[in-house]
Amino acid sequence: MNRTRPLIELTLSRFREFVREPEAVFWVFAFPVIMTVALGIAFRSRGAEPVIAGVVEQAGADQIVEALEQHGGFTVRRIAPADADRAVRDGRAPVIVVPGSPPKYRFDEARAESQVARLAVDAALQRAAGRADAFTPVQEPMQTVGSRYIDWLVPGLLGMNIMGTGMWGVGFSIVQARSKKLLKRLIATPMKKSHYLLSLVLSRLATLTLEVVIIVGFAWLAFDVAVQGPVWALAALALLGALSFGGLGLFVASRARTIEAVSGLMNLVMLPMWVLSGVFFAATNFPEVMQPLIHILPLTALNDAMRAVVNEGRSLDSLLPQIAILAAWGSISFVVSLKLFRWQ
Amino acid sequence: MYHGYNRGVSSSPVALNCVGVVKRYGAVVAVNGLDLQVLRGECFGLLGPNGAGKTTTIEILEGLLSADAGAVEVLGQRWDRDADALRPRLGIQLQETQLAEKLTVAETLRLFRSFYPRGPSVEHLLDIVELHSKRDAWVSKLSGGQKQRLSVACALAGDPELLFLDEPTTGLDPQSRRQLWTVLEQFGARGGTILITTHYMDEAHELCDRVGIMDQGTLIALGTPRELVASLGAEHVVEFALQHGSRLEDAVLSALPGVREVRSDETLTHLSTSEVHLTLPALLDTLRDRHAALSQLGTHSATLEDVFVTLTGRQLRDE
Repeated sequence: MNRTRPLIELTLSRFREFVREPEAVFWVFAFPVIMTVALGIAFRSRGAEPVIAGVVEQAGADQIVEALEQHGGFTVRRIAPADADRAVRDGRAPVIVVPGSPPKYRFDEARAESQVARLAVDAALQRAAGRADAFTPVQEPMQTVGSRYIDWLVPGLLGMNIMGTGMWGVGFSIVQARSKKLLKRLIATPMKKSHYLLSLVLSRLATLTLEVVIIVGFAWLAFDVAVQGPVWALAALALLGALSFGGLGLFVASRARTIEAVSGLMNLVMLPMWVLSGVFFAATNFPEVMQPLIHILPLTALNDAMRAVVNEGRSLDSLLPQIAILAAWGSISFVVSLKLFRWQ
Repeated sequence: MYHGYNRGVSSSPVALNCVGVVKRYGAVVAVNGLDLQVLRGECFGLLGPNGAGKTTTIEILEGLLSADAGAVEVLGQRWDRDADALRPRLGIQLQETQLAEKLTVAETLRLFRSFYPRGPSVEHLLDIVELHSKRDAWVSKLSGGQKQRLSVACALAGDPELLFLDEPTTGLDPQSRRQLWTVLEQFGARGGTILITTHYMDEAHELCDRVGIMDQGTLIALGTPRELVASLGAEHVVEFALQHGSRLEDAVLSALPGVREVRSDETLTHLSTSEVHLTLPALLDTLRDRHAALSQLGTHSATLEDVFVTLTGRQLRDE
């Protein structure tokens, strides 16, 4: 009898069970594509856009409107005096000019868009009032490849997906088999326990390959998101990420008896990473004191490394810290769960 | 090609040997000093109500639980020493296993077959349990009886010498139960040893060479079904009830010819008797003299159920 036969049969069984579960197939393959489409449309690049400036309707407003329109590059909105306080807050204009001598700028210091609008308005009004430029710089607008939001987003979505399917793919099937006493039935056969655990990982790798090809391929075809670095490096990171989160999935599922219990644990582990690890917005938005913690999270390491490959064209040699973090999470959780694992 | 069983000739005639086995769950003693021997080629039935310790006992024998005390030998080997050599020699069916719902019957059998170094082909297993027509159906589409037969086929996948079955027919309709019995009888006819737990007395009567009756973690009776029934000293039971719920005094009933024991529950009075042809006319005469009218009357041959009731004073299936 072929010694790898049980491993092959276990892996095939696991894979068949997965593809015969339409909901699972949707979450793994269709969901990330839909997310990419939705966010890609919402944040598509629109080229240079006019700055919106609000001008409060009172004495001197006409001169200011005229100065801004003559300068060009502004969309001017006239604001009733009663609304002057609210207009910034409710998003009608990022900056409000209150005419006077000197004029007053109302803006939101915490918003980059508001800051930029204030600078643009100020430069236009100063120039209209007679300030001369010290020099005329050569303007060279450029669109860097890999610098759009969608370029940044796709590796993050890929990372999130690898985390989700890795943890669910391994964790859910273990707990389901345990709660149906199928694990107990399997260990009543001569099956090797390592074969069972390995088969979960192997069947995961089959879906992982499809998943990465679909997401990356779709982003490339629909949004021109190109992998700047070596494709094999991206593949290697996806593999490492899948193994790492597979290990975490095993850990989370090592003792849980019910689907409800494991779902709660899964969310407990994954939710902080969805927020902190820079899927939809950069992790650098969080305070400095949190950064060391954020950086040792496996999803942060995976996202950072995949962005470096996809957007910056780097290869694995410059990503050793991230690789080490992923390898550590995967191997430690795997070893610990083997100790904790409840077969019955 | 599958050539059937190939048994070692040097092996001892004892298939299972338990001495003083104890298993506790906290303060509850599930198995309390159990001694049991099952011979090769025997079909042995472990009977008893739920909670008697049957499942715990069988799982200790299967190597899925470890005993707190006592010694267990299975086919001459021990779980602590020979687990890897022992596993492939056993076929196991667990009480509550639900096989993967989205695999087909043939895929499930191929998976289980792959774990064993030898055994019948998938097609042969399908023949044994008569599931050929369901070959490519998902497990979720099978009836209860078909699922149990598949479960037994998985247990047979490694051509076992010893088959453990934990309440394989619970909840099945009579026809499904008979189909499963046929599979087990064929296994026995080829020299296989079976340990089966059940709380159906007719099943034990039909299938088992010997039975052990368990209650509260120990064996309270052991023998062939015929021996156990004979031990009652009464081959028949007369059951009756009177109209308007009236009763006759036990002393009157005990004095009837042939009666060995009188027992009453809420609805019926039971007379165990060695001579039903004398007891029944005498009972009818007594009733006529007293102008009492019957609302129910029946007789049956004494069964293992009656043995259990006599030994414990409780019904087997009341929980």
